[in-house]
Amino acid sequence: MSQPSVSTSAWQDAIFNVFKKGNVRQIAYVPDAGHSQVIRRAIADPDIEDIVLTTEEEGVALASGAWLGGQRAVLLMQSSGVGNCVNMFSLLQSADIPFFTLVTMRGEYAEFNPWQGPMGRATQAVLELMGIHVLRVSTPEEAEEIVSAGFDAAFEAGDKVAVLLGQKLIGRKKWERK
Amino acid sequence: MNQQTSPRVNRREFVARLLASVPDALVVTGLGSAAYDVYAAGDRDGNYYLWGAMGGAAPLGLGLALAQPDKPVVVITGDGEQLMGIGSLATIGAKQPRNLTIVVLDNGHFGETGMQRSHASLGTDLVAVAKGFGIAQAFSVDSLTGCDELTRRVQIRHGVTFAQVFIEADEPPRVLPPRDGPFIKNRFRSALGLTPF
Repeated sequence: MSQPSVSTSAWQDAIFNVFKKGNVRQIAYVPDAGHSQVIRRAIADPDIEDIVLTTEEEGVALASGAWLGGQRAVLLMQSSGVGNCVNMFSLLQSADIPFFTLVTMRGEYAEFNPWQGPMGRATQAVLELMGIHVLRVSTPEEAEEIVSAGFDAAFEAGDKVAVLLGQKLIGRKKWERK
Repeated sequence: MNQQTSPRVNRREFVARLLASVPDALVVTGLGSAAYDVYAAGDRDGNYYLWGAMGGAAPLGLGLALAQPDKPVVVITGDGEQLMGIGSLATIGAKQPRNLTIVVLDNGHFGETGMQRSHASLGTDLVAVAKGFGIAQAFSVDSLTGCDELTRRVQIRHGVTFAQVFIEADEPPRVLPPRDGPFIKNRFRSALGLTPF
């Protein structure tokens, strides 16, 4: 797939800077184009461990382990991955562990792939059913502020927070190969 | 293959011997019998018992090992729990945390739910799986003497280690660790000198 122009956009840099300023030491991810710049910067940063996961629920457990060991971790995933996490989210409630995840949305705006629809439209409700507070970024201008607000709620107040990055924000996926 | 006729070790004796030899290790247990074994060996502030989150013990251990690189981290779980989170061995293989040891107590069965046979006694070779995921130090143990080599590897922290421990498929008396997740979390963090937010 060709890389969309948003991959180098300023709002993704702003998000990484929130993590960096917030002393995030582990960034776990199942990749998505909307996370690509943050992932690249995590890999390039010697003070941050980048952890590629085989499935998203590993990231919930990993972030909990990081917190037990005194580090802040964040999980990057696509909306489809939220479904993979459901039972593992129990850990956050049962042990009351601060948690922050950034979720790129599919199935909600100019979606080309119908298979993204069911989970994409259930994503927010699934997160809320599992006790996770949901915020949403819809425009590039608000990305830094909302991510920062959610991040602080997680690590300053111990909340469990997901920030959804709207599909309109990320931009239309280009399906043709160059 | 994991045949019931092959040599096997008593799970409680093995876990007690391992933990007695690594007093400074941070220990994460999978849910069920593995948690009871670790608790039966003596409760410690550095023990983190899971009561759910099946499949989460190994990735939780990875996050902890990356956060505490100077301490040995030992995940003790069962074959069923590890199988549910089997992909996490690939994630661990990619990161190669030097201080992480994964101990799978393998009776080839789902012990908590009525001793149904698991994949580990139906064809899966967990050591081969771990090696295939890039964990070179992967081996099986079937005796108490094998515990001493495992202990040495935990202590030296010279690379991620995976040990499949063939245990007897018995059900020793349940001894239940605390189920109060926030208590266990706060006790664990406090032992590491971490303060509440």
